[in-house]
Amino acid sequence: MSEKKPGWKSLPIGGYLLESGSAMKYKTGDWRAFKPIIDQKKCINCLLCWIYCPDSAIIRLEKYVDVNYDYCKGCGICANECPVKCITMVEEER
Amino acid sequence: MGRVMGLTGNEAIAYAVKQCNVDVVAAYPITPQTIMVEVISEYVYNGEMDAEFVCVESEHSALSACIGASLTGARVFTATASQGLALMHEMLYIASGLRCPIVMGVANRALSAPLNIHGDHSDMMGSRDCGWIQIYAENSQEAYDWVIQAFKIAEDHRVLLPVSVNIDGFILSHSMERVEVLEDWEVSKFLPPRKPLITIDPTKPITVGALCLPDYYFEMKFQQIQALKESFKVISEVNAEYETLAERKYGFLETYAMDDAEAAIICLGSTAGTAKAVAADLRSKGKKVGVIKPWVYRPFPEEELVKALGDVKALAVLDKACSFGAPFNALCSDVITTLYRYGKDLNVFNCLHGLGGRDITPSDLKIIFDEALEVAKTGKKGYVKYIGVRE
Repeated sequence: MSEKKPGWKSLPIGGYLLESGSAMKYKTGDWRAFKPIIDQKKCINCLLCWIYCPDSAIIRLEKYVDVNYDYCKGCGICANECPVKCITMVEEER
Repeated sequence: MGRVMGLTGNEAIAYAVKQCNVDVVAAYPITPQTIMVEVISEYVYNGEMDAEFVCVESEHSALSACIGASLTGARVFTATASQGLALMHEMLYIASGLRCPIVMGVANRALSAPLNIHGDHSDMMGSRDCGWIQIYAENSQEAYDWVIQAFKIAEDHRVLLPVSVNIDGFILSHSMERVEVLEDWEVSKFLPPRKPLITIDPTKPITVGALCLPDYYFEMKFQQIQALKESFKVISEVNAEYETLAERKYGFLETYAMDDAEAAIICLGSTAGTAKAVAADLRSKGKKVGVIKPWVYRPFPEEELVKALGDVKALAVLDKACSFGAPFNALCSDVITTLYRYGKDLNVFNCLHGLGGRDITPSDLKIIFDEALEVAKTGKKGYVKYIGVRE
């Protein structure tokens, strides 16, 4: 999420979006104040986090889950729901 | 010399709008602007003007319709006053934020309460930070000339901002004056059809008015700040081109008898006419007084103002709208800020006048000039006077 966003000179005027479907390109991950860190050794792959995540930011893998930090807003629901407490919310540094 | 017509301020603006080949007009009638809209609707009904006239149920809707029309690439005009402008307030920011080059005629009128239909500047001054270019005309001729120039300024791709052309309610809106007009073909040549930068077009969809969060909103506002800065250049260019066409010279402000002036009045709109007449009289009696009349209030012409001041020692800044609770009223605050930024230490005092359409008479202005001359000597400054208010 550290990529630099475009400045006023290169952005279209008036906040116009000149192409459709551009919401996909808008990374909401940098709204995050706390970042979920998954201890994948402890993860039992129950997928409760995947069900509860309001941003569909949990990635399902073969044996455990991962987080799509481009879209995770850091709400912490995953950490709260995790039955084995393998998700820790760590404050983002700015 | 152009053709001469007898036109009120409202009619002068309507006539200019007709000649500017406006595509869409959406407006709601309100005193003292009503005739401006009535005349335009007549032009459209008679077939003199090939425009879409949208009848709306409020000023909020009027400007909303104008914004939509402007986004399609059309040339758009609206007009309002007072409560109507207040009701538009939300849409004023959307028009400038979406970079719609709409031109609006405003017949300035006091705001309620108490209810009053007469002229003061509280309507436009209440919206002075809305990102529009704001022009004040002294008479019907200036109103006519500025409307034609306003479209060219607004639609320039370096600007793309809405412009309001203000005339004092009743004093200008309803007084018939001699106006020199251009021929239709001359206006068409000066102001060719609008060339929009980006338009909404079903074959090439874009999104306008999307949510813009803290990570982008500031950049959008900075673009507007830059556009207003750029507009200085564009306004000058348009003024110069208009001068060659109409042989009438415009700029950011007009100066009268400022050359060796010791004291001056700064004021907007029709008050300047009376102030100039009084200054002429005082000059004939050997008193060194002058008048500065900003035509362009936003962007505020700081550089031009400082240049116009010359060696003047005292300034009376006349405001026709009250900034309740502020140290000074709006125009005076801008003047003092400018003096501070340019390191000029002048003796300035603020005169609030004409609220609710109260006349400002030659004798009122003579007293103000005399006080300014006195202040030039005594160095008294930084106070607010309330002209003609009864104890």
